[in-house]
Amino acid sequence: MSLNIVVLAKQVPDTRNVGKDAMTPEGTVNRSALPAIFNPEDLNALEQALILKDKNPGTKITLLTMGPPRAAEIVREGLYRGADGGVVLTDRALGGADTLATSYAISAAIRKIKDFDIIIGGRQAIDGDTAQVGPQVAEKLGLPQVTYAEEVDVKDGKAIVKRRLENGVETVESPLPLVVTVNGTAAACRPRNAKMIQKYKYAVSPSEKAKLEEGRAKVIESRPYLNIKEWSAADVEADPQQIGLTGSPTKVKGIVNVVFQAKESKQIEGKDAAGLEDLIKELITNHTIG
Amino acid sequence: MAQDKNNLIVYCEFDEGHVADVSLELLTKGRKLATRLGVKLEAVVIGDNLEGIEKEIFPYGADVVYKIADKRLYPFTSMPHASALINLFKEIKPQVCLMGATCIGRDLGPRVSSALHSGLTADCTSLEIGDHTDARNNKEYHDLLYQIRPAFGGNIVATIVNPENRPQMATVREGVMKKEIADENYKGEVVNLDAKKYVDEASYVVSIIDRHIEKSKINIKNSAIIVAGGYGVGSKENFDLIFKFANVLGAEVGASRAAVDAGFVEHERQIGQTGVTVHPKLYIACGISGQIQHIAGMQDSSIIISINNDANAPINTIADYVITGNLEEVIPQLIKYYKKNSK
Ligand SMILES: Cc1cc2nc3c(=O)[nH]c(=O)nc-3n(C[C@H](O)[C@H](O)[C@H](O)COP(=O)(O)OP(=O)(O)OC[C@H]3O[C@@H](n4cnc5c(N)ncnc54)[C@H](O)[C@@H]3O)c2cc1C
Ligand SMILES: Nc1ncnc2c1ncn2[C@@H]1O[C@H](COP(=O)(O)O)[C@@H](O)[C@H]1O
Repeated sequence: MSLNIVVLAKQVPDTRNVGKDAMTPEGTVNRSALPAIFNPEDLNALEQALILKDKNPGTKITLLTMGPPRAAEIVREGLYRGADGGVVLTDRALGGADTLATSYAISAAIRKIKDFDIIIGGRQAIDGDTAQVGPQVAEKLGLPQVTYAEEVDVKDGKAIVKRRLENGVETVESPLPLVVTVNGTAAACRPRNAKMIQKYKYAVSPSEKAKLEEGRAKVIESRPYLNIKEWSAADVEADPQQIGLTGSPTKVKGIVNVVFQAKESKQIEGKDAAGLEDLIKELITNHTIG
Repeated sequence: MAQDKNNLIVYCEFDEGHVADVSLELLTKGRKLATRLGVKLEAVVIGDNLEGIEKEIFPYGADVVYKIADKRLYPFTSMPHASALINLFKEIKPQVCLMGATCIGRDLGPRVSSALHSGLTADCTSLEIGDHTDARNNKEYHDLLYQIRPAFGGNIVATIVNPENRPQMATVREGVMKKEIADENYKGEVVNLDAKKYVDEASYVVSIIDRHIEKSKINIKNSAIIVAGGYGVGSKENFDLIFKFANVLGAEVGASRAAVDAGFVEHERQIGQTGVTVHPKLYIACGISGQIQHIAGMQDSSIIISINNDANAPINTIADYVITGNLEEVIPQLIKYYKKNSK
């Protein structure tokens, strides 16, 4: 059975590599020093979609991302790896959204995509680590959700999903359509395909196309597969009250940099045998050990 | 806004006949917050065979325990539990709802918060009550829940509030709050709710076909002494030395994420922001540099010893004892002196 799959992917700053140069002398995060990447677990999600596509010929994968116009970069990345098309949901009015306002906007875009059997996202995005958008999109669309997936299969019109829990695994069955969120422990995404890179490297969104010279823009227009869709809040008929900062129930009251209280510590050289023995004796005497 | 006099509720995770530890930790915290707010502490348990479960909950100071039982409600599936909470919360309108940041809580919380259009903050490391002024319209709010959590890979800590929407929801990881009995004889009220009335029949759509759950044998959270190894341990084989040291001291073995990612030890041993939070009386960090995300999970240890060949490792600043040297030379000596001096 051919499937329509929507993959939710977010472009995130690579918080895993917050090196010394990514922190300002004042101790704040220098966002611009961090590379923007395809959220790692969203790559695991894409791979599950690609596996389903391998098994179910005729399957169509649409990558959906919400973010600034430059998020078209990850749609291109998705195309290189085998997605069939993509949409960037972008609008100033969507800025400052918490997870609830984000999932509202994303679910509005999914409604516009209209044909979907499975929506697959990552478990969580590394910029916030909240893991909320998947379940909230499911609720907004009135669909079942299956979280922490490691393997997704479709049999007899039902999804069979293996899930990774704290202390074990569970396999569940759900009717379609549904929302699945995929764990980082699932199969890694296949590398980009050289042929696909050749085919899609000129794929652009309307805002990117606007910056091209006329001749090139015309060529792109003549090839529908090179056109990444770009939708505004109005395009997806989102209620202005429910998006962006206005639609976000949670507000950031304040942010502080993490500073740990330095202690006065006792120094012992590893070569100082007597010092090490004194330490052990001290810990035994004060009943910390022994 | 008028003072919110509605209650604070904890979703108690029910597992193999018992309330999960993380829920008892949240009841302990919830009791303090409820007292501060001058409201009742409530608990809700959803599952099957819940007879007498309130006996595990009341000692933590719960005033009301709601029970919803049906054989289809255990093991947990998302939609029926969400349906139960959504219907219950529409009725009792709690001002605060706390859940464990577990596989269950992180699946259930967002679904419930989406349906009730209430904010939810995941993985809080601290919860407090305080006032808030909205900078845009100078509106004042009293006694909101401050949901404090690390953000941006742990490099900053953010305080989040939900001024207008209720319940104010937060999840907290296991081990972050301390579990403490308020009063062995504390008695509250049990309210048995009819599952047919609270759980929409249509929500039973996902079925579990297979389940393999193993109780973890690793219990670093409750260990008084932890010997933790980092990337500096070098290899899986070298980790034997960490296990040997721990064994001699009667300690549990912990690890940094770099050590876990390198495959030296299992993930259950990871300590830190995305692992377990521990508060042992002695923490011995061996070959761990002490990045912010690791320190977040062990800084409250009573005594910290760092063994590192880099005298400037960040962890040394929070250590009580800094041993500068190679761990493969230092640890065998410590084992030797321990055997010599303990009876
Ligand atoms: C969102 C996010 C969440 C994270 N969550 C966690 C978490 O929960 N827990 C966690 O631990 N990390 C976490 N990290 C990773 C964290 O940032 C660090 O990368 C990690 O803690 C480093 O582990 P380490 O100290 O073992 O390794 P390293 O930083 O590589 O340090 C190794 C240390 O060993 C010392 N050493 C080397 N050889 C020897 C020797 N022979 N004898 C003695 N000392 C030696 C070195 O001097 C060095 O100090 C997280 C990161 C991110 C972005
Ligand atoms: N802006 C976004 N655009 C597309 N997908 C998103 C976005 N935000 C979150 N998601 C999806 O939801 C998952 C969980 O995100 P989060 O709740 O932010 O941790 C991610 O792994 C993505 O699959």
